[in-house]
Amino acid sequence: MPTATPSAPTNTLGFTKQDYVGSKSTLCAGCGHDAITAQIINAAFESNIEGYRVTKYSGIGCSSKTPAYFINQGWGFNSVHGRMPAIATGASLANRNLINIGVSGDGDSMSIGMGQFVHAVRRNIPMIYIIEDNGVYGLTKGQFSATADKGAFLKSGAVNELPPIDPCTLAIELGCGFVARCFSGNPKQLNAILKSAFAYQGTVVLDIISPCVTFNNHDASTRSYKHVKDHDFPLHDLGFIQYSEVEDVEIPAGGTEVVTFPDGSKVAIKAIHEDYDPTDRFGAMKAIHESMAKGEFLTGLLYINPTQPPLTEVLNLVDEPLASLGEAQLKPSPAVLEEIMRSLM
Amino acid sequence: MTASLAAPLKPLGAKTRINDFSIQVATVNGSGSQTANSVLLRAIFQMGVFVSGKNLFPSNIAGLPTWFTIRASAKGYVARKASNEMLILMNPETAKEDIAKADTGALVIYDEPLQLDKLRSDLSYIPVPFQKLVTASCPEPKLHKLVKNMIYVGVAARLLSVDMAEVKNAITKQLKGKAKAIEINQGAAVAGYDWAMENLPDQDHIKVVRDNKTQGLIIVDGNEACALGALFAGVTVVGWYPITPASSLVETFIDYAEEYRKDPKTGKSTVAIVQMEDELASAGVVLAAGWAGARSMTSTAGPGVSLMSEFIGLGYYVEAPGVFFNVARTGPSTGLPTRTQQSDVELCAKCSHGDTQHINLYPGTMEECFQFAYDAFDLAERFQTPIFVVTDLDLGMQNWSSKPFAYPASPYDRGKVLNQQQLTEAKDWGRYKDVDGDGICYRSLPGTAGGKGAYFTRGSGHNEYAQYSEKPEDYVAVVDRLRRKYETAKAHVPTPVFRNQGSAKGVLAFGSSDPAVIEAQDLLAETGLKTDYLRLRALPFTAEIDAFVKEKQVVYVVEQNRDGQMANLFRETYPEHATKFRSILHYNGHAIDAKCIVDQITAFEQK
Repeated sequence: MPTATPSAPTNTLGFTKQDYVGSKSTLCAGCGHDAITAQIINAAFESNIEGYRVTKYSGIGCSSKTPAYFINQGWGFNSVHGRMPAIATGASLANRNLINIGVSGDGDSMSIGMGQFVHAVRRNIPMIYIIEDNGVYGLTKGQFSATADKGAFLKSGAVNELPPIDPCTLAIELGCGFVARCFSGNPKQLNAILKSAFAYQGTVVLDIISPCVTFNNHDASTRSYKHVKDHDFPLHDLGFIQYSEVEDVEIPAGGTEVVTFPDGSKVAIKAIHEDYDPTDRFGAMKAIHESMAKGEFLTGLLYINPTQPPLTEVLNLVDEPLASLGEAQLKPSPAVLEEIMRSLM
Repeated sequence: MTASLAAPLKPLGAKTRINDFSIQVATVNGSGSQTANSVLLRAIFQMGVFVSGKNLFPSNIAGLPTWFTIRASAKGYVARKASNEMLILMNPETAKEDIAKADTGALVIYDEPLQLDKLRSDLSYIPVPFQKLVTASCPEPKLHKLVKNMIYVGVAARLLSVDMAEVKNAITKQLKGKAKAIEINQGAAVAGYDWAMENLPDQDHIKVVRDNKTQGLIIVDGNEACALGALFAGVTVVGWYPITPASSLVETFIDYAEEYRKDPKTGKSTVAIVQMEDELASAGVVLAAGWAGARSMTSTAGPGVSLMSEFIGLGYYVEAPGVFFNVARTGPSTGLPTRTQQSDVELCAKCSHGDTQHINLYPGTMEECFQFAYDAFDLAERFQTPIFVVTDLDLGMQNWSSKPFAYPASPYDRGKVLNQQQLTEAKDWGRYKDVDGDGICYRSLPGTAGGKGAYFTRGSGHNEYAQYSEKPEDYVAVVDRLRRKYETAKAHVPTPVFRNQGSAKGVLAFGSSDPAVIEAQDLLAETGLKTDYLRLRALPFTAEIDAFVKEKQVVYVVEQNRDGQMANLFRETYPEHATKFRSILHYNGHAIDAKCIVDQITAFEQK
């Protein structure tokens, strides 16, 4: 139930932002992950998300702790290392009314969990899949992850000799219909993308560069706040308009592309960086590869195709959540058993 | 006609074995022999005779040797029999070896060009010109390879006095609705039969005589029986990964779901079936679906269970329900994928790292495969934990005759789940609070409206309120309660089945060993050794098992693995009786037979 106080602003459900918070974070002070958590809270509040429908999944690592820090009204499932996608798959099939948010890290998704990441994206599980990407294993004290740049240094002086895996181009390659990269230090952009993500029906892959202040924020790091801020190239200004507000908002003509989601919500995309079309899959791949070669981070909505059917639709499941079906709907009659037995005689 | 054919088949001394013999058919896999063998088996079954079939097949699609054994038994024994009265040798690769292993006096039907009749003089040879017969009976050369095997069905039917009408019926049944295939195959069988009528003399070695033992019975395999149990149990989420010998369980379920699990109005499905990327992901889907309130399952074999063990431990600790069918095969590692074994006993009992204990169900008959599959979903939701239903390749993939399954009348037990109103009214609810003292706590389901009941599920240390905790007392409270929960399960799992002859000597077995143990018990009794047989049907061990162990002087534990894994569990559970347990083992990949049990028990008794 909403716990509105007279002074706090409420959303259309009557909830205040306080209704979307979680437990107190136990991450290091200044961790990029906490900035992401704050924007999840804001976006859920502003998007009028029903907290009880939210399920939060994670694997193992610093990022995987964060589902405890937002939307306490939702159910959380902190599972095992790299296996969050299977958990999200099972729960989302059991109850298609759930709003699924998975939070993972670059170690959790791009190394131990690569297999599950790839297949969840391929199946288009209805979920927001957030990768809090800092290039290191924080919880085990600073080993390189598979997204670390070639030639990157650890504080100890160790050098990464292997090329990075990029979650975004990989996700586009796998057919993901909503791929974005953000920087935890750019809350405005992150907020618009998260709100767009809530309106999307299939798998959303968000690679959020989130500096590790303890193990990967030194001067030589390519994932430090300073380095990422200096190399962040936002592609566009994004304006998300929820379906309920579409009639009240005027989208300026000229230079703005509008993508409409199945629920009627829209995202207005005003290019700032260059002539980048986020609905052009091959063009997006080319632009991202070129920018990576220059050591830049292209951020924003990298690729969007709002009409891809999620797995629940592909499987042609009944509208009622499977978990709610009872014996009357599920158990065949004695006549059915007799018919089957006769066929085996 | 060859010389040996012209000579009459000699009566073989011993009196004719009526409805009591084994036939072994050696063929090449992928040649259609499975259809021919099933037809022969079914035709004998339709003659009213108890019959069982064992397919010994290679891990291969086409071209490697395969053997199919059909046993008819007037007494109803259905275990594999180590000796065979008739051999049908169609495979040039193995024919000489098959002859070398044949039992003295066996009838040997073989493909004439193989010229096997000079190899041994103590066998009766029946060369058949298969190629000539198939060419004459089947107009399409490209079908000759597939139809050739149906010729031996006709020859065998003639020699065994099986009614050709039953052979034709069996072909119709086996090839369900494929009119052209039925016609061609019936033609081939008749060609074999007619040739044998004309060219072979009578034999009085083995015979089928019409009986009434199989009226009203079904023929089914354990994977289909389990799939049907899951269908009636209302499974709603299936995550699986193909593996021999477990694939056909889910595949059969898919076929039935297509027919019986569509919403009649919309045509939409009431079950989600997803072939995952591996067994580990399958396990995650099963447990998360169970956590979210669905009835969920997977089907796998040993290598899959190994991979799943990470998630099984999570399911045990966070208390998420799910049903895991393990159709066991011969391990370790890849082992013999198409051969049977009971070597995952300890794996399934304690799957995953840390202190874990799991409820295991061990069906031993087709009816139990069906009923236990049904019950497993109740147990999973009642105990909020992964449940293993452990069968094996022998139960899962072989043909068994069975009474038709009784309708599972008991209503679904959805366990301790609080709805919106109950959560609103509940005072101081904690996900892991043992309110009833039985170790089973009350859970809420994600998506329940009302703002109450949300909690954080975690595989890390937690307290009664599902909060993160590293406190020693919190940790111990949870794992000790989990042990209490396992104790509670003793009153809910299937109790053992007894077959007592009034003896202080116990025999204990489980699963697919049952038919061989029953036969062995009778054979031992004929030699003067009576035994009391307990067939275990579940872990944890129930009170009846406690009493049996305490009461018996000695307990022969029969199992199909090298290390006596079940006996080890018994020694661990009943240390004060540890010296009573003696292992009777069979682990070469073939189904266990009565003789090996008799021989080993007799050897112990003579010590």
